[in-house]
Amino acid sequence: MIIATENQKQEVLEAVIIRFVGDSGDGMQLTGTQFSDTSAMFGNDVATFPNYPAEIRAPQGSLYGVSGFQVHIGSVEISTPGDNVDLLVAMNPAGLKTNLHALKPGHTVIVDTDSFTKKNLEKALYETNPLEDGSLENYRVIEVAMTSLTKEALKEVEGLDNKSITRSKNMFALGMVYWMYDRSTDYTIEFFNKKFKNKPHIIEANTKVLKAGHNFANTLELIPNSYTIVPAKMEAGTYRIIMGNTATAWGFLAAAEKSGMELFLGSYPITPATDILHELVKHKHFGVKAFQAEDEIAGITSSIGAAFAGDLAITTTSGPGLALKGEALGLAMMIELPLVVVNVQRGGPSTGLPTKTEQSDLLQAMYGRNGESPIIVIAASTPADCFDYAYEASRLTLEHMTPVLLLTDGYIANGSAPWKIQSVDNMPEIKNNLVKEATENWHPYDRDEDSLARSWAVPGTVGLEHRVGGLEKDNVTGNVSYVPENHELMIKTRAEKVKRVQNYIPDIELEFAQEGDLLIVGWGGTYGSLHSAVKKMNDNGYDNIGLAHFNYINPLPKNTGEVLKKFKKILVCELNSGQFVQILKINFDEFDYLQFNKVQGLPFANNELIQKFKSLVK
Amino acid sequence: MEAAVKEYTYKDFASDQEVRWCPGCDDYVILRSMQKALPEMGVKKEDVVFISGIGCSSRFPYYMDTYGMHSIHGRAPAIASGVKLANPDLSVWVITGDGDSMAIGGNHFIHVLRRNIDLNIVLFNNEIYGLTKGQFSPTSLVGQKTKSSPYGNTQPPFSAGELAIGAQARFFARISGNTPKEMTQLFIDAEKFKGTSLIEVLQNCPIFNDGCYVKYTDKAVREDRQLFVEDGKPMIFGKERDKGLVLNGLKLEVVTIGENGITEKDILVHNAKEEDPTLHQMLVRSEYPMVTGIIRSFDDVTLEEREDALTEQVKSDSLFSKTDDLFFSGDIYNVF
Repeated sequence: MIIATENQKQEVLEAVIIRFVGDSGDGMQLTGTQFSDTSAMFGNDVATFPNYPAEIRAPQGSLYGVSGFQVHIGSVEISTPGDNVDLLVAMNPAGLKTNLHALKPGHTVIVDTDSFTKKNLEKALYETNPLEDGSLENYRVIEVAMTSLTKEALKEVEGLDNKSITRSKNMFALGMVYWMYDRSTDYTIEFFNKKFKNKPHIIEANTKVLKAGHNFANTLELIPNSYTIVPAKMEAGTYRIIMGNTATAWGFLAAAEKSGMELFLGSYPITPATDILHELVKHKHFGVKAFQAEDEIAGITSSIGAAFAGDLAITTTSGPGLALKGEALGLAMMIELPLVVVNVQRGGPSTGLPTKTEQSDLLQAMYGRNGESPIIVIAASTPADCFDYAYEASRLTLEHMTPVLLLTDGYIANGSAPWKIQSVDNMPEIKNNLVKEATENWHPYDRDEDSLARSWAVPGTVGLEHRVGGLEKDNVTGNVSYVPENHELMIKTRAEKVKRVQNYIPDIELEFAQEGDLLIVGWGGTYGSLHSAVKKMNDNGYDNIGLAHFNYINPLPKNTGEVLKKFKKILVCELNSGQFVQILKINFDEFDYLQFNKVQGLPFANNELIQKFKSLVK
Repeated sequence: MEAAVKEYTYKDFASDQEVRWCPGCDDYVILRSMQKALPEMGVKKEDVVFISGIGCSSRFPYYMDTYGMHSIHGRAPAIASGVKLANPDLSVWVITGDGDSMAIGGNHFIHVLRRNIDLNIVLFNNEIYGLTKGQFSPTSLVGQKTKSSPYGNTQPPFSAGELAIGAQARFFARISGNTPKEMTQLFIDAEKFKGTSLIEVLQNCPIFNDGCYVKYTDKAVREDRQLFVEDGKPMIFGKERDKGLVLNGLKLEVVTIGENGITEKDILVHNAKEEDPTLHQMLVRSEYPMVTGIIRSFDDVTLEEREDALTEQVKSDSLFSKTDDLFFSGDIYNVF
């Protein structure tokens, strides 16, 4: 379906990457979100990636105060926010300086010339004005006096102070980009009407500026050509654009409803996980109990208390918070209660890079507790499948009576993508191990023969009063036991219980080549990057490359060894120094593993992956 | 719809586990007092939950035939908060010690009091670390010689009550470890109080800190050195019931009834329900007499009451009754 437009010089493209950059107060996140939402409504596949500084309001105009938002839209399947951009919108010199390297040569950059003042140039460490010194000659530069034009557009709107006027210049930029990509302004205007319901002058101002930008691009012929991105071919269904953290929160809502349990979240704010708390606190109408605790430890321990009392209990955090929760997570494992811990990974170690992405908490998730304390570890791989894996984490913890650690990361948690909405009616069943009535000879550590999950009696149940605790306990009664053989039996039982989860999870499915020369192995949030790189290779005739992307890490899927066996070379790609590869080596030491690692706080770039893959195959 | 609560005896609350505290420990007194108090509280056995941290005191749940968790060091108040928020119908008890509550678990201790969740905390204060065999605790006295302070402790102590009231505790009681009858009644009163109740037990450790409270608690001196306060009654103590407390400026002063024209009418009358904690703090700090009984019992809104009211409000305003309503709301679009 090609959308007809009035513009004659159409260029039909499959996909386009746009990056909006400006000061952290310039509203770049809002601008980017509006563009991606509008494009999704239009039927494009989209992927987005915000990139903002850790400082809430860094000094204006400074290089480290630059905030950006990247949108990748396409008529084809889009699996990542993309690498190099086709259009850069730079609201100030600092934004230009820090982002120009990502713009493809010959492509377009739109700048607000009003912001290229001597002071701002100095703050961005420019010795000469890049708009005048010829340094942009390899690009198509569109100079627009956006601030002045915004002021002009608003001169007749009453009740606006100077600050509000300057602030709406991002809408001028958005209006221009809408025209360039043939998008309607309707969706955004509707958004203003809702968002500023009680501030009619703000609605009027934003609408005026948005339209002014749209008309400016249309009528003044400053833009030499226009592009059309036709809708993508996507599976039929009802969609919405969803952020990873929201999808995670909603997965838990769905699991609570399906299992008939009440959802309890104990949490302490930490970047980039806090949005899950923000989302769940809204849903008191579903009976969600979201408790902002005094610290990370109280976040998890209040959840352990809620689990003991019979709720579906979860706690959310990021790397440093997981370190603090380690002891309590060991307790939850020891007393064999259901509990989901979400770790939205960020750059580490220590405080590290809070707003950047990394996969460096995998070994902490696996082993970051005292003693031998295995738990289930799974990872989501896209913003939308955060929903599925939050749901799956809930299912596994309730059915197997052991904590589940769900790993996501800053990249997919803050990124957004279309989500084909799933009704709870069609989700898989979730069983639990609750005992409702006393039976003769019941013991708290009676186990299911197949899964080894223990029986779960909660306070309020008549006749099943019992004690649990962190001390080693007798295999059946749960009473404290220092018997040496019992301790060893319990260590083995807890490990075996986690191992047997293999019988309840799907096999790993190979994508692209089913056997051949090179197997690309990844896990978690790198799926989009790896998938698009392997796809590009296959599209270009390299049909000997396969992709095995893991969501289940402990335990690994049953067929993992068979899959690894089918390829001559195995390349494990991770955003860390090589952690998943260690797990593979422990489990399958018969294979040789090659590694491709990146630890820069950034996702893999398509071209660096392809370059690496090409070096390993003919 | 309240189902009738079964008649229990203290035996119904004793588990089959062998009690392993040292002979002569006050912990036995606390255990028996609790087992005697529970049948008087009007709560169902299956609704009672004991959560403890780590330390000698924290073995307590194993000896109670109720639901219980022996958790990790210092975290019992946070775990108990989760239990209570998950199921507000339960009678939730935290068992903790001076190290567990005021050293490693200090943060959870002050925050549970601040929030005023309806649960009860029994703090076994023996001014020493017992389970690790005799190091000074946050309530040990300056100069106290312990395994980790062989030349005398240099760290000034916390007063549990002062810290608690500073953290907005609405209910604070103190009781001597050798007065089981009064202790039993305090446990019943604590359960009846809506909000977080803190009971500090002055608990003698016969092994590592023997006699630390003897100057207040020994039978021979008890009546002369302790003032057991009761709401609405004058603060009178002494074998002869002739000593009392008056305010002299900003300080409490002990006076003798019958001397210097002092009559019973001059003695302060205890008001545990007063919101202003100034006088309660003075009573907590007093060393002569050592004040026991319910020092503060101020009725206030609990966290659960606030949460419930909000939840009801949000529910009645909400358009969402199931998750589908949320998932399919707002900006959705169809692909054909």
